[in-house]
Amino acid sequence: MDASYITPFVASIQNVFSTMLQLPVEIGEPTIKSNPHPEFDISGIIGMSGDVVGSVVLSFPTETAVSIVQLFTGMEIDAESDDFADAIGELVNMVSGGAKAAFPDNKRVSISCPSVVIGKGHRIAGQSDTPCVMIPCQTDCGEVVIEVAIKQVTAAAQAA
Amino acid sequence: MRILLVDDSKTMRNIQKSVLSQLGYTDIEEACDGQDALSKVGAYAPEMLLVDWNMPNMDGLTFVKTYRKTDKTTPIIMVTTEAEKSRVIEAIKAGVNNYVVKPFTPDLLGQRIRETLDKTGAKAA
Repeated sequence: MDASYITPFVASIQNVFSTMLQLPVEIGEPTIKSNPHPEFDISGIIGMSGDVVGSVVLSFPTETAVSIVQLFTGMEIDAESDDFADAIGELVNMVSGGAKAAFPDNKRVSISCPSVVIGKGHRIAGQSDTPCVMIPCQTDCGEVVIEVAIKQVTAAAQAA
Repeated sequence: MRILLVDDSKTMRNIQKSVLSQLGYTDIEEACDGQDALSKVGAYAPEMLLVDWNMPNMDGLTFVKTYRKTDKTTPIIMVTTEAEKSRVIEAIKAGVNNYVVKPFTPDLLGQRIRETLDKTGAKAA
């Protein structure tokens, strides 16, 4: 995947976190995800379809997610509650929506409603034919990882 | 003023309610998607609507198109992550009066609400 499809996610998470949480984000070196897969406690997942297809995952350790949700909602919310999952889903929704608007060449892309996985030590597996880029993000609440596994749809594939 | 918030995220509805409350708007009804909103507009008769785009069951754009068949004038502000210019144009063509891209600051949402009420001549509070 071209870097011009990855950098929008960097700008978007910084924009979302600074605007909604007043939380600066320091971006680490993006890497291609490979085995062994990292494990997470909380993940928000969005699917993309249209000219670009794939998935975007925002993953957190539980403590980090709890702190971030508290900043976002202004309330302490239990990680097992529906409201907690709702807040995580809205964060990945905003990060993905902001990023897709900055894709090159005015790509037409739709995003799905978010899903949220809550479970200590889970792993996210993507499609085997789509490389996944992991973007580590450091905040005062702890580390957040964006996993971007997307690819452009060719004209031939769209016509088929 | 009666305001209907249409968003599948309770978190986002709470944030919008908080901003509206700071602006003096406290008569607020909530709907979790377009279908839910359509079932509420008759009885609640909103004087302004804030509508998300991506929602399950019925998305915001479909809701706006359906609602505009019977109500051409009540101000609608789309509040969404859909930031592409083409989407904004699509929403305006469907009958949206103003547009706020998430993430937003409370000041920006407040400004868009005031602008919308000024432009449409709706009563302020």
